[in-house]
Amino acid sequence: MKFGVMKPQRRNRLLLILGLVGGLGLALTFVLKALNSNINLFYTPVQVIAGEAPFEARIRAGGMVEAGSIRRSDTSLEVAFTVSDLAGAAFEIRYTGILPDLFREGQGVVATGTLNQNGVFFAEEILAKHDEKYMPPEVAMALNATGPEASQP
Amino acid sequence: MIVELGHFCVMIACLLALLQVALPVIGLKQNNLVLMASATSLAYGVFLFTLLGFLALIYAFVTDDFSVAYVASHSNTRLPLQFKVSALWSAHEGSFLLWTLVMSIWTMMVARFSTPLTADMRARVLICMAALGFGFYLFLLLTSNPFERALPFYPAEGADLNPLLQDFGLIVHPPLLYMGYVGLSVPFAFAIASLWGNNLDVSWARWSRPWTNLAWAFLTMGITLGSWWAYYELGWGGWWFWDAVENASFVPWLIATALVHSLAATEKRGVFKSWTVLLAIFGFSFSLLGAFLVRSGVLTSVHAFAVDPERGAAILAFLVLVIGGSLILYGARAWNLRSRVTFKLSGRESFILGNNLLLSISAAVVLLGTLYPLGYEALTGGDKISIGPPYFNAVFVPLMLPLMGLMILSNRSRWWATDRSLLTASQGIFAVIAVVASVGVAWAAGEIKVWIVVISSLSFMILLNLCHEFYRRVGQKSNPITRLFRQPVALYAMFLGHLGIAVSALGIVTTVMLSEEADLRMAAGDIAEVGAYTVRFYGTTNVDGPNYVADRGRVDVLRAGQAVATLLPEKRRYLASQSVMTEADIHVRMLGDIYVALGEPLESGAWAVRVHIKPLVRFIWIGGVLIALGGVISIFDRRYRLNVSRRVRQSSVATNQEPVHG
Repeated sequence: MKFGVMKPQRRNRLLLILGLVGGLGLALTFVLKALNSNINLFYTPVQVIAGEAPFEARIRAGGMVEAGSIRRSDTSLEVAFTVSDLAGAAFEIRYTGILPDLFREGQGVVATGTLNQNGVFFAEEILAKHDEKYMPPEVAMALNATGPEASQP
Repeated sequence: MIVELGHFCVMIACLLALLQVALPVIGLKQNNLVLMASATSLAYGVFLFTLLGFLALIYAFVTDDFSVAYVASHSNTRLPLQFKVSALWSAHEGSFLLWTLVMSIWTMMVARFSTPLTADMRARVLICMAALGFGFYLFLLLTSNPFERALPFYPAEGADLNPLLQDFGLIVHPPLLYMGYVGLSVPFAFAIASLWGNNLDVSWARWSRPWTNLAWAFLTMGITLGSWWAYYELGWGGWWFWDAVENASFVPWLIATALVHSLAATEKRGVFKSWTVLLAIFGFSFSLLGAFLVRSGVLTSVHAFAVDPERGAAILAFLVLVIGGSLILYGARAWNLRSRVTFKLSGRESFILGNNLLLSISAAVVLLGTLYPLGYEALTGGDKISIGPPYFNAVFVPLMLPLMGLMILSNRSRWWATDRSLLTASQGIFAVIAVVASVGVAWAAGEIKVWIVVISSLSFMILLNLCHEFYRRVGQKSNPITRLFRQPVALYAMFLGHLGIAVSALGIVTTVMLSEEADLRMAAGDIAEVGAYTVRFYGTTNVDGPNYVADRGRVDVLRAGQAVATLLPEKRRYLASQSVMTEADIHVRMLGDIYVALGEPLESGAWAVRVHIKPLVRFIWIGGVLIALGGVISIFDRRYRLNVSRRVRQSSVATNQEPVHG
């Protein structure tokens, strides 16, 4: 049966179904593609130094900012610091830009960025939540997994 | 004492809400009109007692009654008065009280303005709303009581309100947003009442339309204000982060936008009947889901459920009851609903169908991205992932392009079928103008990105088509002034809504394309170039605020040697909580903002300074306001006001002879 000579109601229904299937298919393709390339896994300091985290891929990692580890450039906004899980595992994060208001020693942070072959994490974004009592759940988990006296998140 | 009275008032409101369910239900069973009508008077009672409870809690905040645990943890004696009041809805318990107050306001309004409905329909609508309200009161009283005292040992000083929330934004954003969220319960209640009464002609669509448009306008305004607030208060200069909390309000908005359109088609043409019912159910369900997820903290982590299992379980049970119950009812009553009305591919119905498809799909993908980390964590036993903004941009933007394409044509469309000549007139020349203008602007900006040119071309096309249609209806013939006033309000509402989308889209594209952003290390006297501007930093001075101390920087902005603005951004330390906050200073102009914020102090008096030049960023929010305005004026359409008795008689008319109404 030709499209043009179909009953209007039937034709409309066919169009509706085609539209639905087409739209859903297209959306699903986009969605799965985008989801796959944008899942950022979180890695604890232990996992980072054990080499479990992939190199040169966009990941998230974090821990507590170690006291006395913050070093700044004299000429730019470059900053380097060490994050640890308070149980010995630690790695270095480098970042250029403005740090969040709550960034300080002893504060839990989560960084998004890439890890290079030398185990240095280059952050594109640093998050420290705006609440003194709040610990990012990832950090709490990282401490909990290895820390001797960490409390339940 | 007053706090206890307030608590008591809310308990009374809870009981009245229960009565508001029970009495009319009995009335329906026994066909007793008096009992059915009791829902109306009880609506006033519920509102009154909720208001009293609300005022009692405000009183506790204003008088610094720190024996109330909620006040102690969210206020402080040094907090300015307006923030003491708005601190009430700054956290879970209080904002839930606001939620119940808003619910009681909507219920009362529906009771007041739906007198022309038949007694049983009116009773059913109010029963649905009262049942929801009763659930909210139970949740408030049993799991989230803001009136709880911390006796006998209570603090002498409050812990203070989070500094980020000590702002005008907190005063207006949550109430507007809640008016939107909770307002979606009205079309929900109308839909459920119609399913319940097996009365699914189009009258329910006609009745719920003005309410839906109004609630949607509130939601639009709430989201717009939230975006503006985030922009000036968070100190990053961003206006949308695809953050879980934002998405929780955006998903209901997308569904509500679809509902606003499909209700129009259902009311005017009798099409998409069961789909519209489904949208009404999902619109409110998603606003419930969003508000509850955000408030319960689950979105931060699945573990938040474990922190307060009682609250979490109560939320889950309520959601399952509302969503599950209404879907079962829908399945039983509406699945075989057929409309015998036909329409052609060129009819406005087709455009609305496309709009609904695209909006529902985009709501689904945004929801997926928001909930995916939760599901992942639950399934893998604790692996944390995050879904970043690139996902949302990658899936959302491609869905918006065809939607804007439909919008171009829809302004000219007619119900049932549209003349081809009407749809295509002048489109060629418009397309050329739009593309040339977009490419020209992109070229002037130095970079031609395809998707940016596409979006701005579509926006220009929408604008040109709106002008074209406006001229065709008003200016083409004689007496333009008379014609101007004779057009239906609904038409202007549609124009405003679509205009707002085009304006917002242009603002977004321009801001993304032409923004200049620089994070600089600056000592006093340093000069830097940002885009076409020269920025000079003069160092900082100490300033005392009412409840904070601040370093106030001075930044002069010049263009071609001419002073443009002097900006005074601050870095504040709030005394009670000792928390630090960035207060950006913004030179606001219609054509573009200059945004300066202080980062952190570095050695030897130098500061990290953030300078953003944001062209047309205001357009983003102006567009939002235009959209909301469209929603508001639509309820003043003649058809909703005049000739009430005729309205009732005509309530089942499925076709409409006037071709122009939106």
